[in-house]
Amino acid sequence: MKRIFALISAAALALSLCGCAGSQVSDEIDRDAVLEEFGLDPELFSDYDYSRLKDEDITLNVANWGEYMSINDDESVDVNEAFEALTGITVNYKTVASNETLYSKLLSGGATYDIVIPSDYMISKMIKEGMLQKLDFDNIPNLAKIMPSFLNPQYDPDNEYSVPYLWGMVCIIYNTTMIDGEITSWASLWDEKYAGNILMFNNPRDAFGIAQAYLGYSLNTESKAELDRCAALLKEQKEIVQGYVMDEIFDKLEGGSAAIGPYYVGDAVTMCDDNPDLDYIIPAEGTNWFVDAVCIPTTAENKEAAEMYINFLCEAEIALANCDYVGYSTPNAAAYELLDDEVKSDEKRYPSDEFLAENTEVFINLSDETNAYMQELWTQLKVDNSNVWFVPLFLVCLIAATVFVNVRRALKKKRDSY
Amino acid sequence: MKAPRSLAIPYAVWVLIFTVVPLALVIGFAFSDTDGKITLENIFAMSDYMAVLFRSILFAIAATVICLVIAFPAAYIISRANAINRSTLVVLLMVPMWINFLLRTYAWMTLLEQNGVINRLLGLIDLGPYQLINNSGAVILGMVYNYLPFMILPLYSVMVKIDQSIIEAAQDLGSNKIRLVRKVLLPLSMPGISTGVIAVFVPSVSTFIISRMLGGGTNDLIGDIIEMQFSGNSYNPHLGSAMALVLMIIVLFMMSLFNQFGSEEDVQL
Repeated sequence: MKRIFALISAAALALSLCGCAGSQVSDEIDRDAVLEEFGLDPELFSDYDYSRLKDEDITLNVANWGEYMSINDDESVDVNEAFEALTGITVNYKTVASNETLYSKLLSGGATYDIVIPSDYMISKMIKEGMLQKLDFDNIPNLAKIMPSFLNPQYDPDNEYSVPYLWGMVCIIYNTTMIDGEITSWASLWDEKYAGNILMFNNPRDAFGIAQAYLGYSLNTESKAELDRCAALLKEQKEIVQGYVMDEIFDKLEGGSAAIGPYYVGDAVTMCDDNPDLDYIIPAEGTNWFVDAVCIPTTAENKEAAEMYINFLCEAEIALANCDYVGYSTPNAAAYELLDDEVKSDEKRYPSDEFLAENTEVFINLSDETNAYMQELWTQLKVDNSNVWFVPLFLVCLIAATVFVNVRRALKKKRDSY
Repeated sequence: MKAPRSLAIPYAVWVLIFTVVPLALVIGFAFSDTDGKITLENIFAMSDYMAVLFRSILFAIAATVICLVIAFPAAYIISRANAINRSTLVVLLMVPMWINFLLRTYAWMTLLEQNGVINRLLGLIDLGPYQLINNSGAVILGMVYNYLPFMILPLYSVMVKIDQSIIEAAQDLGSNKIRLVRKVLLPLSMPGISTGVIAVFVPSVSTFIISRMLGGGTNDLIGDIIEMQFSGNSYNPHLGSAMALVLMIIVLFMMSLFNQFGSEEDVQL
């Protein structure tokens, strides 16, 4: 027993010595050497003082979508490791499944994050509910690198709470071998020719967004009559829809199990790379243009480190690595300049400002009432079942079972009494 | 020797923190609104979802019955095998359970898709393609596949204790096979059946991932609707809790009914 104890204390001592040695090395962070080690060009990096918090032993909690940052990939710079080496701050990276999950996690206090990357409409909701804090842009000089058209957006009108991270549009992806003719409009998702081969979004906001774009309504309509009309349209579509999906769409379209479905442009690029039969278009009626932006929740514990992280994400080569890895478009002008000309001129990934202004609309937060109403319509759509026999059938089974048990018991009693 | 009561304290604390308190929270949420006022509105709102609730229960019953029909002979065969074969068979049964639940369900998607493995094989002999996924059959299949071991294992552990001499005695006294199962095996394995039924029925009735993956979002069950209240467009833990509570009460009621049915079968040896 004693020996084991001695062994443990020796190990602990050795560990602590290593720890000291480690921190001594990090006393001097050689910026250029670190950057070169990660294959980054020091010339393209700003003069920002990244090492000023290195001795404070900070752990930064970052929440992001899955596959939404260049990490753990051999061919691309690991953004979080580069940040850790440059600043001496530890990054604790977590992924969340959706804006709504993130919202309920922050609301219930179940998790504390220093960095979150919600989408446009969720940002405006969080601002309204006081869940985000104002950023100190003295700590984020790289904001200057963001394209002016992405500043002061509708969801954060004074640009106080968020810095755009990546953006994209909703498009239609289709399999050219299964579809004849050209797809130009949302109407194709209602085309009976493709019955049983159509996929649809499995979340109300995006699904209603498509119906709204198709009918020419605002994507942020608060009118119940318009929402009812959209719900009717979606109900009509349900008859010919193969399934309501989110990320399952990758397998279904790439594997040729479905012919057509809506999704986000960045993911469409990935799918088309994997299966050359696939192609995607932006429908003529217009579409949803979405922006995911970096924010700091009010519950964050390390605001200055978080701002440093945001500034780091805006460095040209870091933003470039992220948009290359994810496939979405970058709002960062410096990163855009570094892109291949082919990508830069791709109108589906980098449409002109005029196109965006005329044909697209950003989701903003709806009133609680409208949100609840949309959710109700969506639930009705999903659970609607023409088979009205379930309830009576079930009740009959239940009554039959009760009668059976009681009759049996009575019979047994009678038998036992002999 | 009687164990001192103090040994139970850790379990009591555990149950208090992780069962009683959450349950109280669910009840609290179910009977209040966003302003914190007490209301029955959430319970009344449940009437809109009765159809989907009953459908979930029917699916779960179907899955449970199918599991029972498959598991009963399987457990009997395993329990009558010799000791070496028996442990091999049990391990074989457990192996799929070592693989992550989601992965196993994902594998079924690959098999059942219109362009999936099964349809491609059928295509080789000029059959199909059949619509195998995104329907209620696929959802029930997913439940049966995922929860079958939970039926076989309790049945097996009860059956393995049935003395071979009892079976032989029944046969000596002229019992045919059907009578043997009905009068000897079934009553003696009743404790295993009731454990198995609960172990399959309860997770089946509340599943949401199986219906999403194999039902293609067109066969939503009550679990999906509850999940939607928490991570959907509008965050409504009050309605979600009310649904969970109603589901729990119905399941409790059904279980007690089933247990009564089972207790009739109890045979004193």
